[in-house]
Amino acid sequence: MTEALARGEKLPVDWKNQIVYYLGPTPAKPGDPIGSCGPTTSGRMDAYTPTMLDQGIKGMVGKGSRTPEVVEAMKRNGATYFAAVGGAAALIAKSVKKYTVLAYPELGPEAVAALEVVDFPAIVVIDCEGNNFYEIGQKPFRNFDINQI
Amino acid sequence: MRELDVKVITENVAEMCKEAAYYLPDDVYRGLKRGRETEKSEVGKIVLDQIIKNAEIAKAEDRPYCQDTGMTIVFLKVGQDLHITGGDLTEAVNAGIAKGYTEGYLRKSVVGEPLFNRVNTKNNTPGVIYTEIVPGDKLDITIAPKGFGSENKSGIKMLVPADGVKGVKKAVMEIILHASMNPCPPMVVGIGIGGTMDRAALLSKKALTRSIDERNPMPEYAKLEEELLEMINQTGIGPQLGGTTSALAVNIEWGPTHIAGLPVAVTICCHAMRHSHRVL
Repeated sequence: MTEALARGEKLPVDWKNQIVYYLGPTPAKPGDPIGSCGPTTSGRMDAYTPTMLDQGIKGMVGKGSRTPEVVEAMKRNGATYFAAVGGAAALIAKSVKKYTVLAYPELGPEAVAALEVVDFPAIVVIDCEGNNFYEIGQKPFRNFDINQI
Repeated sequence: MRELDVKVITENVAEMCKEAAYYLPDDVYRGLKRGRETEKSEVGKIVLDQIIKNAEIAKAEDRPYCQDTGMTIVFLKVGQDLHITGGDLTEAVNAGIAKGYTEGYLRKSVVGEPLFNRVNTKNNTPGVIYTEIVPGDKLDITIAPKGFGSENKSGIKMLVPADGVKGVKKAVMEIILHASMNPCPPMVVGIGIGGTMDRAALLSKKALTRSIDERNPMPEYAKLEEELLEMINQTGIGPQLGGTTSALAVNIEWGPTHIAGLPVAVTICCHAMRHSHRVL
């Protein structure tokens, strides 16, 4: 999508005020809207994220750390980053009611799709001011200094 | 001489791929429960509750525990008195992977070439297959699918003998601190010490096929496993959002090495420490 934007093309999806969930689900069993669908590593998207946030994305759900460039773009656009629990894929699937592919179907599990969810389990980890719960959450339990080895 | 038809191998591999994806091994499930009892972070407890519930849902409903159903690592121990008939062993194993991943609604996560033309092979083949010839007339198969959230955080360090135990601890902890919350902790850490660079990496993978409740039979290595586990659980990484349950176990395997070297490889596995084992 960032390549399409660089070529001056219009994106197949309007991202304004949307929340993006980074995931590559397993194929749905017959009768289910989606297969197991836990978050994938958000860092894989970091190179493209500032450009996408400038398209109007307001929230991201994924797992793992983000680059300072992404956090800056979040502050600039008032966007929030949520963590879903990595690996909790069968549990998270319970909250997905509908899955509709919108663009790039040839990418299979990595196609762009619309998800309808109810009670989706996610926790804010980086807010739109850049406060980072990954750092805050670890600090009280850190009792280790590599230089002491 | 005992004969084994490749069709039997394909069928078994297919079933094992599904089993591994759906059913978290009991030792890992118990390890997560123990972690939940001792976890000090309130957020960490919430995360562990979700992870435990997830394992229960996956098992009860035959669903993949994690959507990254991995690249399929296969360890084969072929008895030297076994005659495999009806076709090619490697092809039979890959046919089993393709069948299991397709029939089991598992994600196909393999691209045929890594750099210039990353096209999905659409059936999760080829697997990463290691074959060992051993005495006997059996075929021993271990399937260990490996997700890449954690694989991408693994690493290797070529130490020199003078670095010693202290150097090994530092090398491991540098890799763990760099990985931090990214490989979906609570992790299980497989370490290979010795051999050559490639042997150390393989030993670190084999270490992950051992139960998390079983320590290395050599007391010095068992003690090192315990010490590293304690250090990892004091990093604050915890179950993804901070806490005291960063890892469930450290498993070390070692091998003879060169007079000038001390290779150390670390394979990080997420809490989805999946395996299946059968002897045919």
